[in-house]
Amino acid sequence: MWAMIVKEFRQLRRDRRTLAMMIVMPVVLLIVFGYAASFDVTTIPTVAAGPEAGQVAHLAGEPFHVVDTQPSQGRDWAEQQLRDGNAAVAVVTGSGRPQVLIDGSQLFTAKAAIAELSAAAAKAAVKGAAAGGQASRPGSQPQPVVTVLYNPDLNTSDIMIPGLAGVVLVFVGTIITSLGVVRERQSGTLEQLAVMPLKPRDVFLGKIVPYFAVAALDLAIVVGVGVGLFGVPFRGSLAVFALGALLFLFVTLGIGVLISSVSENQGQAIQLAFMVTLPQVLLSGLIFPLSSIAVGVRWISYLLPLTYFNEISRGVMLRAEPLSSLWQPFVFLALLGAIVFTLASLRFRAFLAPAAPRGGAGSARGAQKVTSAAGAPSRSAG
Amino acid sequence: MTAPGAAGSAGEWWGTEDVCVRFGGTLALDHVWFRAEPGRVSAVVGGDGAGRTTLLRCLAGALAPGSGRVRRPAPLATGYLSAGSGVYPDLSVTENLAFRATAYQIPPEQARERSGELLARAGLDRVGDRLAGQLSGGMRQKLGVIAAMLHRPDLLVLDEPTTGVDPVSRADLWWLIARAAAGGAAVVLATSYLDEAERAQDVLVLDAGAVLASGTAEQIVAAMPGTLTVAGERPAGEAGRCAWRREGRGRGWDPAAAPDSTGAVAPDLQDAVTVAILARELALAPAGEESR
Repeated sequence: MWAMIVKEFRQLRRDRRTLAMMIVMPVVLLIVFGYAASFDVTTIPTVAAGPEAGQVAHLAGEPFHVVDTQPSQGRDWAEQQLRDGNAAVAVVTGSGRPQVLIDGSQLFTAKAAIAELSAAAAKAAVKGAAAGGQASRPGSQPQPVVTVLYNPDLNTSDIMIPGLAGVVLVFVGTIITSLGVVRERQSGTLEQLAVMPLKPRDVFLGKIVPYFAVAALDLAIVVGVGVGLFGVPFRGSLAVFALGALLFLFVTLGIGVLISSVSENQGQAIQLAFMVTLPQVLLSGLIFPLSSIAVGVRWISYLLPLTYFNEISRGVMLRAEPLSSLWQPFVFLALLGAIVFTLASLRFRAFLAPAAPRGGAGSARGAQKVTSAAGAPSRSAG
Repeated sequence: MTAPGAAGSAGEWWGTEDVCVRFGGTLALDHVWFRAEPGRVSAVVGGDGAGRTTLLRCLAGALAPGSGRVRRPAPLATGYLSAGSGVYPDLSVTENLAFRATAYQIPPEQARERSGELLARAGLDRVGDRLAGQLSGGMRQKLGVIAAMLHRPDLLVLDEPTTGVDPVSRADLWWLIARAAAGGAAVVLATSYLDEAERAQDVLVLDAGAVLASGTAEQIVAAMPGTLTVAGERPAGEAGRCAWRREGRGRGWDPAAAPDSTGAVAPDLQDAVTVAILARELALAPAGEESR
């Protein structure tokens, strides 16, 4: 047994990445996720419309944070603000009792808003009773009419399934793809590919297109099951959703290839893919509201593609957001996709190029001297 | 294949010119000149770490040399079997060959015909539907060689195609190799078996990345310096540095003795290669510094 223990420690010492995963990562993850793991909503972005919008802004206390007031606007404007994700709560004033519109697609924020409003109503009722036993006597503050939009029953499945569609894409795109290339390296077939008359671009696309197709099929199944079995609404444009999914898939597949190209074996690829996937699940707003994540950690959320896909999928499926109001997540996804895909294709190209040994005398010069014989087509031409 | 400077200009050939490859502090190839000609089989031999695989990787285009020049045909006309079998274990025999055929742009009908012919000759025609990962080591190697030569390459590079393969499969592999050469390919193979190297038309002997000898097996044997003797026991001391055991009997090499001295025996390629390596070691570490 002693021999086995010593051997294992020696192997572990040489596997720096696993060692780092075992010692450093738990601490980092605990700190990051400790700050992220919070369902407490401290700020609720609110807009107010109607003639008494200014008064609402003045009276609204914590956690409601009025971000916009439009005395000349009405309910349509207020609904548009919720649909476009500019606010989670909208107050519409005018004739009769004020209307409070709540975005039910932001589940925890909506629940917090309803709880705050209920508490305020109860307080007002107690105050009214103490003042004369009539809560609705003339001159007292009229109680608002609360309406929850997009997810009136506050179903968890309605908000989770659009997000889970993204998680499925992350899983297939990143974890499965990351194994694809490294498997070639481990089985010794990568060197064969490198000397075959295949352009790196062809090999790269040939590797990812099947995963792309499978991931697209997975997405269709998840959304279909979500809508058919769980009754999740799909109110927006299928084309906008598909475009968002396409962009998101490019990013996740690119990350998968990138991971594959820096991993020596499938174990390392899985480790790295897990390290990339876990923060996406926990920090993208899928489980914990972004506004609840500590500011010091929240910036990480904005580097994660799933954050933007969540915005798109929930926006399209639940709130029927058009492309024009989702331009920000689309732009960020496209930007991330361009960066990741460029890096992945560069790494892949280097991966397939004839390996240049390090430290060789005149290696750069020598690399250019690898030639075909006169009259024979060059490699790139082949 | 010829020695440095002896390369003729007539005819097409593939090979290396003054190639050096260094991995960190290790010189894997040290100014290697090598020439492989169409229709001939060249064997690259040498001990562990001699640089055989590095040379073959350079020839196949999998490794860029640090300096020097590599002459090789375009990838479409190069066939390569890397140190493993280079086949996909989770694809069947026919699927592996179909992938190669497509990658090398062989028309489907032609690919089917050639695959069928080579598989039948190698005794793999009955396992066409079997996954490559479920084949025996020898069968997998044969599949690897067939895959490498399927497109009738001008240069066929095979890294240890017969290592770990049973004698029957080795015979099949040599049939395939001879078939490729007969078809006009320049075949370069690395091997640990010197009896196999004798079957090749040309032999290159490497040690620690440097060329120790090259030419036909007969030329290498003829060029062996000193005298070879058969001895009962390995002598002690300095003389032991020039002695080794082979097939249960001791052999000694005297660098200074004339070939016709008493007790001299005719060397073969294995002896000549061993002597070449010994001579290099003696030159690097003269008598008294190290005992073998």
